[in-house]
Amino acid sequence: MSIDINTGERTATVAARALTKRFGARIALDRITFELYPGEVVAIIGPNGAGKTTLLSILAGALEPTEGEVVRAGDKRFGWVPQEPALYSKLSVAQNLRLFARLERHADPEQAVARMLAQTGLQDRADEEVSRLSGGNQQRVNIALGLLSEPPALLLDEPSASLDPRQRERLWEFISGLAGHGTTVVFSTHNVAEAEHYATRVLVLGDGELLFTGTPVELERAVSEPVEVADRDALVGDLETAFVRFLRERGH
Amino acid sequence: MRWLFVKDLQILKRSPLLVGLLVVYPILIALMIGFALSSPPGKPKVALLNEVPTGHGQLNFGNQKINVSKYASQLYQSIDPIKVNSRAEAIAKVQSGQAAAALIVPASIVSQINSLITQGVGNPTVDLILNTKDPLERQFADQAISSRVAQVEQAVSKQVLQVAVTDLQQTLNGGTLKFLGQAVPLLGLKNSRAIVQGTIASLPKSSPLLPALRQVVNFATLAIDGLGFATPVLSSIGSPLTVHTVNLAGKTTPTDSYAAAIAVIVSLMFVGVLLAAALLALERSEHTYSRLVRGLVTPSGLLSEKIALSACAAAAVTLVMSALVSLFVHLEWGRFPLWVLTLALAGLAFAALGVAIGGVAREVSVAALLAFLISLPVAFVALVPGDAVSGTLKTILDAVAFVFPFKAALQAVSNAFSGAAPGIGWPLVHLAVLTLVFGALARLALRRFA
Repeated sequence: MSIDINTGERTATVAARALTKRFGARIALDRITFELYPGEVVAIIGPNGAGKTTLLSILAGALEPTEGEVVRAGDKRFGWVPQEPALYSKLSVAQNLRLFARLERHADPEQAVARMLAQTGLQDRADEEVSRLSGGNQQRVNIALGLLSEPPALLLDEPSASLDPRQRERLWEFISGLAGHGTTVVFSTHNVAEAEHYATRVLVLGDGELLFTGTPVELERAVSEPVEVADRDALVGDLETAFVRFLRERGH
Repeated sequence: MRWLFVKDLQILKRSPLLVGLLVVYPILIALMIGFALSSPPGKPKVALLNEVPTGHGQLNFGNQKINVSKYASQLYQSIDPIKVNSRAEAIAKVQSGQAAAALIVPASIVSQINSLITQGVGNPTVDLILNTKDPLERQFADQAISSRVAQVEQAVSKQVLQVAVTDLQQTLNGGTLKFLGQAVPLLGLKNSRAIVQGTIASLPKSSPLLPALRQVVNFATLAIDGLGFATPVLSSIGSPLTVHTVNLAGKTTPTDSYAAAIAVIVSLMFVGVLLAAALLALERSEHTYSRLVRGLVTPSGLLSEKIALSACAAAAVTLVMSALVSLFVHLEWGRFPLWVLTLALAGLAFAALGVAIGGVAREVSVAALLAFLISLPVAFVALVPGDAVSGTLKTILDAVAFVFPFKAALQAVSNAFSGAAPGIGWPLVHLAVLTLVFGALARLALRRFA
């Protein structure tokens, strides 16, 4: 679907309109509406079972919403980096990249493979079987697959969960670079500090509802207790505490 | 779909153990079946104690002698005899497992048979001692010996009846009786009656001898009629029934090629079902399914690729296997295009069953185990002869055999191998329908994948 999602000020990369997803009687997402813009780094945070993975899967097109719609600018597919590396462990790094480049009908699959190997720094591991790579390197291949088609938006489900601090640092450098070139980056995380450091905007989900959308600082300021302004100011810079209080205030 | 095909082949190439098993397993099965079919049936080892003294194995019946010992050689055709010298040794052989059974022929057997034949008294008995530790071995030895003893029994009784019939015919028609080395002429009833009738004709009608002689003629006539009737009756007792077999369903499947078809279908089933189930479950355990169905491949396209690849692999492997089996068993190479067609269609049906199984499993190991657990009883149920069970159980087994591809595949392939009935058309249609049904079930199961 390609419709005008220009808000007047700028054109959204993607707009979610009243997204609802039900699994049987359970409501995983309840009328979620938001827009994402080029160059934004958006963190989706929320407790377990809040609907983060479901929301990302619907944005990625891996899952159909029960109601509502996802409107994308242009017809390019979004990059999708699921939580678990979605790779063929028996194939080499290059074979994985080549397969998906071909399936995405890249004009020059070999050029796309070379580009992603260079971008992820895996040239010297190109012929290595994925199962022999470390978790961090597997995640790099996982991200490379999401970026093969040079997508306008990259969706990452808990991308740093299996990485050590050094690998995590490299990942965020890489993601920041993508955003700097205009790619919309959306990631889910349990690590609120990560959201605070790297996200320009956070979406807070609780029991399938969108409870908050704004910058990390706005989330810190949205906490009403303690009521004194001075105390509220003391929460600034401690997004995790603010986030927990925010959820508690709303019964989550 | 081409690139998915290439990808799965690359994965298989990097799994040499799996590919090796897929190739070697059916070939081993083929060789085993081939050797089994081309080798003569085995004989159970039986400890044999013959207590009849040498030279005393002879029945005296009337003026005839029947050598019973010559029938013992028939018994040896079914067993591998271990000659022993005492009952205790025979039992020890069975207890130690060196023999599956012991057959003891008592010294009195000949006199017992003589007594039964000449006086109608007694019950000649041989002892059969079986090892009860192994029920299958026990049954094998019991059946081999019992059936052969029955044949010997029939042969002896036929010989005895033949002697009786010869004597009856001599009584009726006359002949020569050997007695103490001398040939003694035997008049016979018919000749006796003729002589008496001649005497009656030569006597005056008022002769007082006539009534008595006429009574003799009447008796002789009745006896001739009665014995004339008895002769064919006695002859028929030796083999009262002859089975004349008529096959209504056209050409029958030779047992060898039917066994070959079973071996081929079992292999086709395992390769097709296991490969398809594992390849589909792999997409889930590698988390690649969600990536693929995001517009790169449709779920139906993915299923089609798995079915096609698994069916091709299963058909190719079992074609090689069929060629190997044909070294041992006569398979009609003139029907080779039908081999290809039936193995391909059966492969598709089994692969569709495989993806239906793979669709409900989360992991490759679970899919493989599930495929194995479902395949075995499916094969077993399809191989149960229709008349071996009855009533509700038969209906249930028929229904189970109908909804899985094994039986239809077996009918189609055995027809392709030998041109045997039933025809090939319906089994192929059945397989095509099952492919669609299992494909649809797999498509439903994929909804749980995302």
